[in-house]
Formats: sequence, structure tokens, C-alpha cells
Amino acid sequence: MIELVQHFPALAIGVPLAFAFLLPLLKKWRNSAVIAALAALAVTEFLALFILQDVLQNGIRIYSMGAVVPGLATPEQMAVPVRILLSIDAFSAFMGAVAATIALLAGIYSIHFIRESHSKYFSLLLLMLAGALGLVFTGDMFNMFVFFEVLSISSIGLIAFWLHRAEPVEAGFKYLAISAVASIFVLFAVGLLYGQHGVLNIAGLSRSTLLYGFAFTDIIALALLVCAFSMKAGAAPMHYWVPDAYGEAPAAVTAMLAVASLASLYALFRIAFTVFGATPLIELVAFAVIIFGVLSLFLGATMSLVQKDLKRLIAYAGISQTGFILVALGVGLAAIHNTPLQPFGAMAMEGGVFHVINHAFYEALLFLCAGAVFLRTGTKDLNELGGLARRMPFTAFFFLIGGIAIAGLPPSSAFASKILIYESVYFFNPLIAVIALVSSVLVVVPMVKAFCAIFLGPEIGKFKKVREVPGAMLFTMLVLSALVIIFGLFPGAIVETIVSPAVNALLSQSAYVGGVL
Amino acid sequence: MIAVLSQNLPFVVSALLLLIGMYALLFKSNLIKMAIGLSVMGSAVNLFLIALGYRQDSIAPIFTNAPLVGAVNAAEMAMPVPQALTLTSIVISLAVTALMLSLAVLTFRHTGTLDAEKAGRLKG
Repeated sequence: MIELVQHFPALAIGVPLAFAFLLPLLKKWRNSAVIAALAALAVTEFLALFILQDVLQNGIRIYSMGAVVPGLATPEQMAVPVRILLSIDAFSAFMGAVAATIALLAGIYSIHFIRESHSKYFSLLLLMLAGALGLVFTGDMFNMFVFFEVLSISSIGLIAFWLHRAEPVEAGFKYLAISAVASIFVLFAVGLLYGQHGVLNIAGLSRSTLLYGFAFTDIIALALLVCAFSMKAGAAPMHYWVPDAYGEAPAAVTAMLAVASLASLYALFRIAFTVFGATPLIELVAFAVIIFGVLSLFLGATMSLVQKDLKRLIAYAGISQTGFILVALGVGLAAIHNTPLQPFGAMAMEGGVFHVINHAFYEALLFLCAGAVFLRTGTKDLNELGGLARRMPFTAFFFLIGGIAIAGLPPSSAFASKILIYESVYFFNPLIAVIALVSSVLVVVPMVKAFCAIFLGPEIGKFKKVREVPGAMLFTMLVLSALVIIFGLFPGAIVETIVSPAVNALLSQSAYVGGVL
Repeated sequence: MIAVLSQNLPFVVSALLLLIGMYALLFKSNLIKMAIGLSVMGSAVNLFLIALGYRQDSIAPIFTNAPLVGAVNAAEMAMPVPQALTLTSIVISLAVTALMLSLAVLTFRHTGTLDAEKAGRLKG
């Protein structure tokens, strides 16, 4: 058993990957394909949670692929790691647990939501999870690029899953163009970094920048990486693909797409903090990230106001929430070399990382509710919907919880994370805190509008026969709502147990290097 | 200036190719041309990686053929890692191009045009 535990990091990526390629063989047996997929998702969730618990207890954990002793990074007296390395610190384990949880819930939700080609759908979903987990667990720049591509190609297959309509295909094409350019940038930057430092390992690169400083090529590489990852995270002004892709993908996939965006944010902050954290260059990155964040905050909230399509409305509101995370982590970056600001930087980071998990949960919750409405009524148009609260009371209630959370009102978890962000960002620059607060209030308006338009008002004739969605779908929404409320009721405990270790892991570059090499 | 350019010619060429591909992707509205632009960008990065690993008068990095240390014909090996990266990246860009072309075909079937301006239905 102890030997198997050693291999958990590799298994967490390997299980979904293996099942993704096994499922097409079960094409003829629909039920067994679904059961196999759910089993794989559940096993991966268990592995991710186990790794999180293990990393929180024992600190950073590494796994070198194919080595006799997986725990050794540099075998045979080599100076640098020659094998592909997985290095999991508290931040990666945290992101991995979020991704696996959302994937499991999305899988359960899809049993009833997807009506045809189950094996194809679940195989792509598993591939997406494998990509996301690989992206957050990897300790190697090139491996990061590969998993980045696995993640984006499988998500395009899922965005354009309903091929019989033109819109999903268009959304898939847009997302493909964006992610292909982003990954070409990443590969170019990986080449530049390899030419400069001679290693591909993230910890090795980090040590090299600590020892020898940085050169001009590093500036280009850093700029390319920041562009690529913020493009994929959907930060304004590169946000235009978000409403299209989120709006047209099947609802459960949209929840996973939000995770994919968060994984890109993970990559951005892993590079910024861990590789380039020691260089004075980082302040420039910090300002770029804060500007992206403020733009996303404002654009997302205002564009959300004018939407008529339910999922596009939620997608734009989600962009403004990404803005919160970007602003918080940008302030954290700006405070690295600024001693008086450091406590506020750490606090902002706590708010930002806490907001990552909250954002993943309530964004998924809202999209799942929107999917439930779409499943029963066949439309996402707010002008056509109305009076559904009588027919779908549970969905209405869960949507209300999601709306409260995205607007940052108590007792939801987002209230706690947003308060942390406002307080700390205020000391950095009061104006940014004010913009964040105003955008957060602005988001209330589209949520109230959507809730009234869908669930309140007189009953509409053609929706008289609408029923509540099946229990499995309600169960996933219930779990997410419960998580949102529980995290909101005990924010202190959550921050202590999982958020602060993740923040500390990001902030201490030398601990990462020491832990891996 | 010219000396610097000629010394770094492969890198200059790959940067130019990258810009040309980017131009096609950003300013052409035909979906097939966008796919071509993306393909050119991918090749530019591959070229960059190969140029990065090349050393003057080096031999192929095959370990069993490596000359002994101090041998008469001792030569440096080209760096193997960028070549491995390039192989992976070629495979990935093949998948991306295939996916992009198939989405372009589907768009044509649904809308009857390959012009992104005319085929686009998602706005706002």
C-alpha cells in the first residue's frame, strides 16, 4: 500500500487519461461507459483529495516519471533533473482538488444532461481532467505546454459537442484560435528559457534566476507567457471568446471550462511567483496583471447587464470574478519586493486564492442551474423564459444561492474572500478597491434580472408541463450550494487549513526550489 | 547591425515567420487562411527550436555513435532536448490544424461560407 501511495501523483493523471482512451471501446454499452467514466472520476477525486491532505501535512511532494525511486529529483549524481518531474506543493494540490471535484460533479450532472454519444463525451471530459491535473501538478515547463494543449484540444471537442448547430462550431473555432496562439507563445517562451538557462524544470529555472539573475530573453519569455496565460484565463481585453465558448458549450462542460481558465491562472502565477519572483521585473508583471484585472472587473460587470442569453450573462459576470482574482494576485506580486506592503500582499493573496475555489464552485453552480433550465425548456433566452419557480423550485433556490455568491453577499463564501480582497487592496491603492466594490455591486443587477426573468412572474403557457430536473442533477447543485454556504459560514477555518498553505507555497520561492531539487 | 542579423539569421527568420502567421490569423477573415496562418506560426516555433539546438560542425545526438572523449574526430553533439521538443510540437500542431480544418468544414456546411465575418453569429 505504501508503495502505491508513492505513485498517487502519477495515478491522478494516469487514471483519467487511461479511461479516456478506454471509453470509446465501450461505445455499444452505454450504461457501462457511463459507470466506468464516473468510477474513473471518483477515483481521481479520491487521489486528488488524498494528495491535498498529504501535501498539507508533509509539505511539497515530487514524483519523477519512470525513476526507480520516484521521490528523487536528481538521480545518478546529475546536477539537474533529467526526467519529467511532477512537483506538487500546497497550491498545486489545492488547484488539483478543485479541478477533480468540479469534474466529478460535472460527470454526475451529465448522466441525464447528455442524451447521445456518451462514450465520446465522457472520454473528452476525462481527457480534460487529465490535462487540468497535469497542468497543475507538473514541475516541468515543456510538460506544462503539453498538458496545456491536451486541456485545450479536449475542451474544444466538448465546446463544439452539439455539431448540429452552427453556433457551437463557431465558439469552438474561436477558442481553438485563441488557445493555439497561446500555446505557440508558451512553446516559444519555453524555447527561450531553455536557451538561456539550459533547464526545463521549473525549480531548476527558478534556481537559475536566483543564482544568475535574468537576461533580455527572459523578459521576452515572461511577456509571452503572461500574454498566453491571461488570454486563456479570459482576462479582459482578451475575453471575447469567453461568452461564446461558455455560452454554447453543454452546461457541465462550461463548469469544467471555468476550471480550465483557473488552471491557466495557476500557470500564470506559478511562472510569475516561482520562476521570476526574485527578479525586479516582477513589478511590471504585477502592474500588467492588475490592469487586466481592473479591466475584467469593469467590462465583465457592465457587459453582463445587457445580455439576453442566460449563459452569456453568467459568463460575463464570471469574467468580472476573474478580475477579482487577477487584482488580488497582482497586488500580491507587487508587494513581493515592497516590505511595508508585504502583509497586505499576503492578505490579498489569501483573498485571491480563496476566491479561486469560491469562483469555481459558484460559477459551476450557476451554469448547472442554467443547464437545468435549458434542459427542461429548451431555451436560454431571458425574454422567452418566465414563471418557472412554481415548476422548478429547487433549481430556483440553487440559482438564488449562486446569484448571492457571485454578487458577494453574505452568507456566501464569496463575501469572505471579497472582504479580504477589498481590505488589502485598499492599502495598495484605494481606487482599485473602489472599482472592485462597484463592479461587485453591479453584478447584483444582472443576477436579479436573470432570476426575475426566469423564475418569477406569471406562468407562461408553453412551460406549463415543465418538470423539475432529475435527482442526480439536483444532487450536484445541492453539493455545490452546500459548499458555497459552508465555506461562507466558516471562512476562517477554510483559510487556515487550505488557503494559507497555498499562499505560502506561492510566496516562498526558495522553499519550492529546496523542496524539489 | 548586419553582422548581428547574419549571425542570428535562423532566429530572425523564425520571428518573421511568426509575425506573418500572426498577421494571417488576425487580419484574414477566411477560415482556411487562418488555419494556414496558425500552421505557419507553428512551423516558425519549430524552426526556432531546431536552430536553438544546433551547434556549428556538430554531429547528430545519437548516444551509441558518440565519439570517445579525446578521439581524433571528436565533435560536439547537437542539443537533443530541443529536437525532442520539436517532435512533440509537430505532433501537437498536426492535431490542432486537423481540428481547425474540420471546424472550418463544419462551419461551411452550416452557413455556406468560409468568411468569418459572414459566418459569425455570436455577438455582444
